[in-house]
Amino acid sequence: MSSFNYVLFTIIGCGFAMWLSKVLPFILLKKFSLPAIVIEYLSFVPIVIMSALWFSQLFTQHLGRLPGINYENLLASLPTLISTIISKNLLITVIVGIISLALIRMVI
Amino acid sequence: MNAELNRKTAIKEVLPTAFGYIGIGIAFGIVSKAAGLSALQAGLMSLIAYGGSAQFIIVSMLLVHSPIISIITAAFLVNSRMILMSLVTAKYFKNDSMLHNILIGSLLTDESFALAMNKLNYTNNKLNFAWFDTANWFAYFVWFFSSVLGALVGNFIENPTNLGIDFALVAMFIGLLYLQMISDKSLKLSLQLLVVVATFILVYLGLIFIPSNLLIIIITLLGCAVGMVLKHVFF
Repeated sequence: MSSFNYVLFTIIGCGFAMWLSKVLPFILLKKFSLPAIVIEYLSFVPIVIMSALWFSQLFTQHLGRLPGINYENLLASLPTLISTIISKNLLITVIVGIISLALIRMVI
Repeated sequence: MNAELNRKTAIKEVLPTAFGYIGIGIAFGIVSKAAGLSALQAGLMSLIAYGGSAQFIIVSMLLVHSPIISIITAAFLVNSRMILMSLVTAKYFKNDSMLHNILIGSLLTDESFALAMNKLNYTNNKLNFAWFDTANWFAYFVWFFSSVLGALVGNFIENPTNLGIDFALVAMFIGLLYLQMISDKSLKLSLQLLVVVATFILVYLGLIFIPSNLLIIIITLLGCAVGMVLKHVFF
């Protein structure tokens, strides 16, 4: 297989698999309803997934051993969190976050 | 954020997330270029296999000529958290047409999901197609153009992840998490705090033995279960 086709088929195959996991729940839920206990379970998804996406960036993984600490991201998270508590504004939070990490990288 | 659910409001509200998309999109383009993909291939991947972190994994596996089937498996696993986000989102579109449902699902991302979950707190727990569709397409185009841009200029500019832009997405999740916690009235704040702390512990322990491409989905499944238990035992 040519290198171009290898990349192309990979993109199409991955795209299809990823698309299915996003679209099938919509199609199924159009026909069926979820039991109350599943809905309750899913009500925790937003905060758990957002926390997990944040916290996973605070460490560096070494499989089989305790994770290391990503000091840059950990330090930058503090001003970011404070700015979001004070401003309650997403744009300000993102800008403070970017500047914080840039400053930390200049110093460290 | 406000209660309005039209296309104009969506553009205004999705804008802060664009910073993250642009920085990471350019970084993706640069990485693809460095891995030997053309700008066309990088752009095609952003259009067809649209999925942030999964795309970085695809590129890294293409680089070492992994078999197509193992790349597809890895991409699916990394992306499997979307199944949960789709399940949560779909119930707000039950009365919309099938086409609208498929469109919203096709372009759903971590960011548009998190944004929508926040939006719910301002709209009396409602979402509509116009708002979500606009937020989705905006993100899709910004991601596509920045990844092509990254691949085109990859040789000439410094990777933006060296400048702090890579933190944009993390900062966005911090902001969205906090805003979600203070405005979601369906779960008590103390319960939410406990669940966040539990998630922190799960992430720390999970990093020891869960491969990174499965980490987020496994932590989310466990974290929600912990949330259920906490809610029924203590609240």
